[in-house]
Amino acid sequence: MSRILAAIPYARFLGVGVERGVDGLLECVLPFRDEIIGNARLPAVHGGVLGAFLELTALLRLIDESGTDRVPKPITFSVDYLRSAGPATTRARAEIFKLGRRIANVHVVAWQDDRSRPVVSGIGKFLL
Amino acid sequence: MSETKRYALQFLFGPGLPEMVGHVPHAHHLGIRVVETGPGFAVCVLPYRDELIGDPQRRVVFGGAITTLIDHASGLAVACALEELTSIATIDLRVDYLRAAAPGKDLYTRSECYRATRNVAFVRAVAYEETPDDSFASCLGTFMLGANRSDNPFERMVPGGTTGRGT
Repeated sequence: MSRILAAIPYARFLGVGVERGVDGLLECVLPFRDEIIGNARLPAVHGGVLGAFLELTALLRLIDESGTDRVPKPITFSVDYLRSAGPATTRARAEIFKLGRRIANVHVVAWQDDRSRPVVSGIGKFLL
Repeated sequence: MSETKRYALQFLFGPGLPEMVGHVPHAHHLGIRVVETGPGFAVCVLPYRDELIGDPQRRVVFGGAITTLIDHASGLAVACALEELTSIATIDLRVDYLRAAAPGKDLYTRSECYRATRNVAFVRAVAYEETPDDSFASCLGTFMLGANRSDNPFERMVPGGTTGRGT
């Protein structure tokens, strides 16, 4: 997974890392840095960065699950902003709702300190 | 939008100003620039960089970088639709990827706030390389108005205004 992550320039640009949870499932990590701030007064992580982080998490989970080296193409991605994300590490997990022959439907949730208080959630459809 | 409507930011309408990006560290980091603003709309550009590639084989910019461009232009379009400035926070964004963005090209977004109620603003946007008629992504978004108490950077540009730009 880290090899695939390293091959995606934008993932390096955001500073995203991958870990395995105790259940063996893929977890993406977005460390806080000044460069990803959207609102300097709060401060809060940029909404676009969070959307991109969710999309990246969905993509990596799909690659992990399907074992392909080809990056699936996003068809549509929808993000709900639930809370502002403060200056802390953000973590995300994706769940593949349906892995079809051509299309995959993936749900993603990201949180900071408390997993029961998600900051953003998203749904993406990808062409495999 | 009626022609008699007054906008809080109308004296800023026209070619984009550097101050419209400088207050958002990540947009500045990406190199996003505001091209133009007007009543209820904004056009922004994300200059091409190899670092933004999401698919190394096709050399296509990562979809999420386009989300950031659209989010920035859309928040600005909402600010440009308001009669009185208030804080703005993204509720949701849905981006449809119509085709791959052309490798090596600067990416533009035109966002239009087509309706702003007391609490919620509705936006549609397209992203393109050359012209809005040939877009590679389209987007729908909703924004909460008066969402938080953070004051908006535009406040400094508007005498007597009170604003905020959330998330």
